[in-house]
Amino acid sequence: MTGPLLDIRRLSTHYVSARGTRVTRAVDDITLSLDQGQTLGIVGESGSGKTTLALTLLRMLPPAARIVSGEMLFEGADLLKKSEGEMRRIRGKRIAMILQDPMMSLNPLFTVGDQVAEPIRVHEGAPRRSAWRRATELLKAVRIAAPERRVREYPHQLSGGMRQRIVGAIAISCEPKILIADEPTTSLDLTIQAQYLKLLRDLQRAHNLALIFITHNLGIVAKMCDRVAVMYAGRLVEAGPVKQIYNAPAHPYTQALLESIPRLGDSRKRLTAIDGQPPDPSAPPPGCAFHPRCPKVMDRCRVEAPPEFRVADGQTSRCWLSAPASDRTEVRA
Amino acid sequence: MAGPVLEAKSLTKHFPVKRGILSRQTAVVRAVDDISFSIDPGKTLGVVGESGCGKTTTAKMVLLLEQPTSGIMRFEGQDLQTLDGGTLRAYRRSVQAVFQDPYASLNPRMRVGSIIVEPLVTNESLASAEVRKRLLRLLDLVGLPERSADLFPHEFSGGQRQRIAIARALSLSPKVIVLDEPVSALDVSIRAQILNLLRDLQAQLGVSYLFIAHDLAAVAHMSHTIAVMYLGKIVELGDAETVSKAPKHPYTQALFSAALPSHPDERRDEIILAGEVPSPLAPPSGCRFHPRCPFALPRCSSEEPTLLHESGRLVACHLYPK
Repeated sequence: MTGPLLDIRRLSTHYVSARGTRVTRAVDDITLSLDQGQTLGIVGESGSGKTTLALTLLRMLPPAARIVSGEMLFEGADLLKKSEGEMRRIRGKRIAMILQDPMMSLNPLFTVGDQVAEPIRVHEGAPRRSAWRRATELLKAVRIAAPERRVREYPHQLSGGMRQRIVGAIAISCEPKILIADEPTTSLDLTIQAQYLKLLRDLQRAHNLALIFITHNLGIVAKMCDRVAVMYAGRLVEAGPVKQIYNAPAHPYTQALLESIPRLGDSRKRLTAIDGQPPDPSAPPPGCAFHPRCPKVMDRCRVEAPPEFRVADGQTSRCWLSAPASDRTEVRA
Repeated sequence: MAGPVLEAKSLTKHFPVKRGILSRQTAVVRAVDDISFSIDPGKTLGVVGESGCGKTTTAKMVLLLEQPTSGIMRFEGQDLQTLDGGTLRAYRRSVQAVFQDPYASLNPRMRVGSIIVEPLVTNESLASAEVRKRLLRLLDLVGLPERSADLFPHEFSGGQRQRIAIARALSLSPKVIVLDEPVSALDVSIRAQILNLLRDLQAQLGVSYLFIAHDLAAVAHMSHTIAVMYLGKIVELGDAETVSKAPKHPYTQALFSAALPSHPDERRDEIILAGEVPSPLAPPSGCRFHPRCPFALPRCSSEEPTLLHESGRLVACHLYPK
């Protein structure tokens, strides 16, 4: 296939208040792409718009949200031009999603087998018996012991780690191309998190999945991802290959975030804190949204939002400091 | 100063499980089983472990919210069992807590000023001018502006609320503060602010912390001593740097190998444990970790290891001494 598996171009999603007077730019002019088998990490704090971006991809937004501009090319076709019926055939089959809390995403009134078999029956029209057989195999694939017994159990009979693996089994049941995982391990214990991340990586290799990790945890990105996109107040402030960005972050926000996390090893060193609070997404500061907290702020940042600059191969940064001094070659005019 | 500020010896908490209309006791949950630790003045003891390991129960016993089933706790050398009336109140004043969720731990109907000085007002009879003076000092200590006192909690962000909770904990000039996951509900960019604040306050006031968190790097960063708990037992206890750089107990090793890297080039030997933490209702015999331990020996399933000195820390494992 030529071109990336998923190509997001200048995508914006806004929330509009009931009277139409207040507009929150939750996702603001975002351009991103993802290749088959690749892992992309989308990092940001609460309110940065990372979950809205994921919901936009699946067009599962709440009624107040409007996708106002942009394109989302999946295998070359724009998802924004698909009908609702076409989207239903994509959701769960071509693009699947894992949510943060496995107790919320499983129905307590249905057995595990019913829930794992449901997408297979809906999308592939498989009869109940063979869908259940597939469900048992899927439970084995996500390393659940005694799958023949577990398919007949209800979610409350399982531990948190097992429930999250069931959610994973549902997500891969129709062999999707893209799997979006929104904070998949925040509710799990450390050793269970390690098990789950390894499972996701094994599933990715086995099915050549493209993974999108939505997280606030830079450690997960360092461990799992090939590329990272850093969001702040609805904008993509920096994106590029993970190693490159962890070695040489271009945007002051990324730099500050990487310095603010404690590391195992140099324990008694003082952390570099970022002053201030993340902005209110419905009223971000003018200019660059990070300027009130930025240690390197300049006059220009307060009035004019920087465009995306290419700083290195495949790495972009929305910061005036990344602007080349001589020629202001912007990625996009 | 001589001696630890807080000391626990063979501390145990068993919860009875009752069933049926006669409430017959059918089992016990061994939430905390025979643990010993001490905290020196001005130092931090970090407790790590996964859900169900007993770290919160330990914190509750330190706060006297749970009565230990057996064992001794001493505060500045004095047995807590012997405290009553005035001395008990003095203990409660000296040991304060900051909880995980500053959205739940602050009363939404009270102004921030009243929240912070409430412990002062209930415990000490002070003139209102003196209370106001102390309030302003507390706000200054935690880096909040003076006008915060007249606002309500909902007007603050998570990080600021946690500062309010810290100011309240400090209001009675305690000797020990129990910090139960104090930053895990906060945004990443705010966590470093609070961790730095807690360390500055410790340096300034000489307060001791019992720091409970699941973020290993944060615990290693904050603590002088680390206790690693598994199913109600301390499996490893020692100097924070010694334990976090070269863990000895197989569980500690697995736990630290599961900690997320801070850089993509940082590659640890990944030890993926099989299975999950067993129920504390029926902990495994012998060493409680043996069913998941990659190095289990035959004796591990029958003989319970005790904490022994090994390379500068205490480890409860039959692999040592080598």
